[in-house]
Amino acid sequence: MTGRAPRLLVGLLAACLAGSSAPAGDMVDKRSGADFMSPENRAMQADDMSNPGMFAVLDGEQLWNRPEGANGRSCAGCHGEAATSMRGVAARYPAFDERSERPIDLAGRIGECRRTRQEASPLPHESPELIALTAYVAHQSRGMPISPPQDERLAPFRDNGRRLYERRIGQLDLSCASCHDARSGERLGGSVMPQGHPTAYPLYRLEWQAVGSLQRRLRNCMIGVRAEAFAFGAPEIVELELYLMERAAGLPLETPGVRP
Amino acid sequence: MTRALINAPKTARRGEIVEIRAMLAHPMETGFRTGTMGKAIPRDIINRFVCTWNGEEIFSADLFPAIAANPYLAFTAVATESGTIAFAWTGDDGETRTAETEITVT
Amino acid sequence: MRDKATTSGLRRRDLVAGSAVLALTLVAPRAARARPTLEEAIRTFTGGADVKTGRVQLAVPPLVENGNAVGLSVKVESPMSETDHVRRIALFNEKNPQADVAVFHIGPRTGRAEVATRIRLATSQTVAAIAEMSDGSFWSHRADVIVTLAACVEDLL
Ligand code: HEC
Ligand code: HEC
Repeated sequence: MTGRAPRLLVGLLAACLAGSSAPAGDMVDKRSGADFMSPENRAMQADDMSNPGMFAVLDGEQLWNRPEGANGRSCAGCHGEAATSMRGVAARYPAFDERSERPIDLAGRIGECRRTRQEASPLPHESPELIALTAYVAHQSRGMPISPPQDERLAPFRDNGRRLYERRIGQLDLSCASCHDARSGERLGGSVMPQGHPTAYPLYRLEWQAVGSLQRRLRNCMIGVRAEAFAFGAPEIVELELYLMERAAGLPLETPGVRP
Repeated sequence: MTRALINAPKTARRGEIVEIRAMLAHPMETGFRTGTMGKAIPRDIINRFVCTWNGEEIFSADLFPAIAANPYLAFTAVATESGTIAFAWTGDDGETRTAETEITVT
Repeated sequence: MRDKATTSGLRRRDLVAGSAVLALTLVAPRAARARPTLEEAIRTFTGGADVKTGRVQLAVPPLVENGNAVGLSVKVESPMSETDHVRRIALFNEKNPQADVAVFHIGPRTGRAEVATRIRLATSQTVAAIAEMSDGSFWSHRADVIVTLAACVEDLL
């Protein structure tokens, strides 16, 4: 199935989505991607003892307590118990970053602490360490509703995220909205189209056989429509994350999720 | 270091059948995949799992590449006596990863 | 915190992921090499003995969203006593590059003949569970699984 399956799928996508127009606007019935999964995959996520995403959370806990960098401080050395200090944090990211005067996502925020507070070498995007720390911090907010910050400074970036969401891209000439607003709940060659809410990241994707970030997931969707994907950490991909979190406001966080 | 999630009861009545579940963090690389430039990624799997109760083997498994990444196994055991339930996963690399848990049988 | 081999393995995979595929990948470069058929694999396990249908219950979802992790369980009817128990339960597949999936060694100490695991299925196919009893008889159950395609994977560039 290497290489071949995706191409077959593209044909299928083109056939079943051609010309679909995406009505923008608010979702009547907001649902997590977990609701669209098979009962077996839902059960895998629901039970911590069978959810492979928990390995990232456990690794993150160890990293949280490990001294790093020139400063020799651990995350815990400054932030104490994550269960208290990090509770609710993931629910309000991306947030405005004073230094760069731009939105920064949770992994970016953690990277900043590592760079400037611990004075340690930066962790690459999608590195197991950064994924683990992000999963550990996000896990502290499991069950809490996504609550984007009411910060005026974020508005223009969120608007741009929305534009990117509604813009048609790639050889298939589809927007995110063409699939996730206009087609959600429909079957697409086997998988059911979710509404595209980022409720469970970082998560264990069976397709990856690994835990990955929301950015990795978004890049997959862009590659899926034969568009050039935004680079990891690109301003546009963070703006897209920002808009997606606004769109998902109120849904509870699930980190670490499981998805097909 | 072993990265494993073990689920077994802490206490049981003598003669009771208890459920044991064990999941190990491991890619179970099949040896049938290719990476960049079409280069084959070498096989690297856990090929053997053994569970012992106070040293006596109660369950074991021979595993092949068709076992999913992060090998997950659930099975049962008769609670005979208090002691240690031990788990050992041996890989193609020749290394054995171990974990254990205590159980009190009354 | 993790052994070195695993860390570098993961890192390489993730780097690879950025640029190339990690699509479902059991079908592969060496797929052309012949594998035993499902029947041949079972015959090797039983040593040619008769395999009866019954006593074994293989539970696997008929349709899965991704073949990389398919949960299944096997239950065998047996008193699991010293004199009458299941010795081994084997799982085989029809269309992966290799027919073997797992062999579980059980006995009176397991109390029940019940196991569960997660397997990989490269494509839609039949899965078979074979139980070997302490009296030397073999019993089996088969199930068909439809594996659907994942959408939006990291494709080759
Ligand atoms: C061709 C249809 C299609 C397009 C276009 C598309 N996606 Fe997706 N997207 C999917 C499918 C299908 C899935 C679920 C994948 C699966 O389960 O295999 C998904 C999953 C997701 C998820 C994960 C949801 C979860 O529960 O974890 C997010 C977030 C997402 N998409 C966002 C986007 C964004 C942002 C864009 C635009 C850049 C986009 N998608 C474009 C089809 C699409
Ligand atoms: C030397 C002390 C120090 C260390 C070490 C440190 N941090 Fe921080 N961190 C801070 C301070 C101070 C802030 C708040 C001010 C700011 O935004 O920079 C902060 C902010 C954060 C935030 C954002 C919280 C919010 O409410 O928005 C997160 C998340 C975070 N740190 C995670 C981490 C992680 C993970 C580590 C370890 C990799 C770490 N920090 C290490 C001092 C530290």
